[in-house]
Amino acid sequence: MSAGSEATTPAPRRGLADWRQRHASTLRSLRLYAHTFSRSVSSMLGLGLVLLFFLLVLIGPWIVPFPEDARGAVNLDIKLQAPDATHWFGTDEVGNDIFTRVVLGTRVSFQIGLIVVAIALVIGVPLGIVAGLAGGWLRETIMRVTDVFLSVPGLVLALAVVAVLGPGILNAILALALVWWPGYVRLIESKTLALKSEPFVDAARAVGAGTARIVFLHILPNCVSPIVVKASMDMGLAILAAASLGFIGLGAQPPHPEWGAMISIGRHYLPDFWWYSTFPGLAIYLTVLGFNLLGDGLRDILDPKTRSR
Amino acid sequence: MALFVLKRALLLGLMLIGLILIMFTISHVAPGDPAAVAAGPDATREMVEVIREEYGLDEPLPVQFWIYLTNVLQGDLGRSIRTTRDVTHDLLRYFPATFELVMVAMLLAVLIGVPLGMLAAVFRDRGLDHAIRLVSVSSVALPMFWLGLLLQFFISLKLGWLPLGGQLGLLTERPPPITHLILVDALLRGQFDVFREALAHIILPAIALSAPALAAIIRVNRAEMIEVLHQDFIVTARAHGISQFRIVAVYALRNAMIPTLAMIGLRFGWMLGGTVLVEGVFDWPGIGLYAVQSAVNSDFQPVMGATLLIGFSFMLANFMIDIAYGWLDPRLREAQ
Repeated sequence: MSAGSEATTPAPRRGLADWRQRHASTLRSLRLYAHTFSRSVSSMLGLGLVLLFFLLVLIGPWIVPFPEDARGAVNLDIKLQAPDATHWFGTDEVGNDIFTRVVLGTRVSFQIGLIVVAIALVIGVPLGIVAGLAGGWLRETIMRVTDVFLSVPGLVLALAVVAVLGPGILNAILALALVWWPGYVRLIESKTLALKSEPFVDAARAVGAGTARIVFLHILPNCVSPIVVKASMDMGLAILAAASLGFIGLGAQPPHPEWGAMISIGRHYLPDFWWYSTFPGLAIYLTVLGFNLLGDGLRDILDPKTRSR
Repeated sequence: MALFVLKRALLLGLMLIGLILIMFTISHVAPGDPAAVAAGPDATREMVEVIREEYGLDEPLPVQFWIYLTNVLQGDLGRSIRTTRDVTHDLLRYFPATFELVMVAMLLAVLIGVPLGMLAAVFRDRGLDHAIRLVSVSSVALPMFWLGLLLQFFISLKLGWLPLGGQLGLLTERPPPITHLILVDALLRGQFDVFREALAHIILPAIALSAPALAAIIRVNRAEMIEVLHQDFIVTARAHGISQFRIVAVYALRNAMIPTLAMIGLRFGWMLGGTVLVEGVFDWPGIGLYAVQSAVNSDFQPVMGATLLIGFSFMLANFMIDIAYGWLDPRLREAQ
């Protein structure tokens, strides 16, 4: 198709106007997406929260007032002080600035979230495509294993894995990644099954396209929307799960500035020193809320058929 | 129908064996010696050898799996290193408390979630809908353990309305066991003051545990109600002059409830998982607290046992939903 249109166009012009013309339909749909998305208050709130936390991830170490407080500094003379002008969120039991630790905790949580979701994608998407395309015993095997994994609440399975490997942030990441991939297998398998019988895939096969070509040019591009939606939701949920492991005492270990671990120490200082566990909890809540709303908003524009209204 | 149930039961059995295989694999992927893992970090070399002998860990892998599988299926989940008690015995002792908590939490989620989902559908895209959406989105995003702490802080410590934790006050004696569920036993024995006390203790942990399920129930029920409210029979009912309340609360709700019921069944398993977070906050003596305390102490067999029990309960809940669905909708039976 592109060969034919090039033949009729005299000389390909260069420049922005030309680029715009060639991508007119893509640009139009992008504008529509942006319009729909920006009209939804909750989607924009989600985007705003996610962008805010991403900003904290990027510039956190340069804006926090007491960077050494995230590395195990001890200032017992100012321990457990209430929030004031110097220590916005108060101080903890060894005199560390809680604002500093919450802001730097963003980095820890986002790292965990990104790695867990990335590993889940790398394992889950290829398995889903293989299961969807192959059929037969291969599909049965992959899907039954997936079913078994999905039949145990992820956090409990992760708990068992960490119990074997020992507590710590790396093991927590490993454990969460190990329980996170089956969701993607199920998503991509059903999507691949549906796409496999679409006329355009049949047509591609009829003109001699190989399996690799069909997977990379026809199946994968059509899986991008649901993957983006699920990955956005999962970023929030993985951060929540990591904080949960931290709270139990099996995730990141103090003095590492991890939100869940901070709450688990802070709870022993309730009710008098309420700020200790309040601010890290608020950070988890707002992060997860942001990713959830963003995922919802993305679903509404990318995948309108499955949206809930 | 009998064939349908039989097939599902067979699948349930296969899934259980799959789960046992996964747990077996997890215990063998640990760097180092599975006998050392099972024996715990403080074990002497002799203790490790005793464990190796006891669990047949010097045998080839398939034989080891066979030993593990037959042990588990016979209800032998090994021993705790910390307490040397039988894991199965412990789990049976702690399970009623967890079961009671999950049931009350689910009851709360349904009693609050279904009406809220209904209201959101009726007042779709208006202020009330948005407010309810905020409740449901927040219930997902709030860390359960933090919500629990907030409830303790405000309701117990600041206002003093409800107790901080535990199943009963320290001085209160448990009613003599019949079902081992304190609320039920207290009622059966006619000890109403104990019942009231147990109820006061269970409310806060149940609220914390119910949050994610509440969100899911609101979502599903709202979406289903919106779908149903557009159907012809609702229009007909309206034309007949039947009151809005009756249409929504009786005709529409009944049709929207089937997918909601499926969601409720699915959520039981997730709630059992949530107990590992909530029970610790409220000192609730259930399997969640047991699993976490064992995990923190590298006491491996109890964690495996609790995971198997939670996984199996989850599978059993799904099995029952499948059966209920097949019973409600004959087309599903035919499709198998």
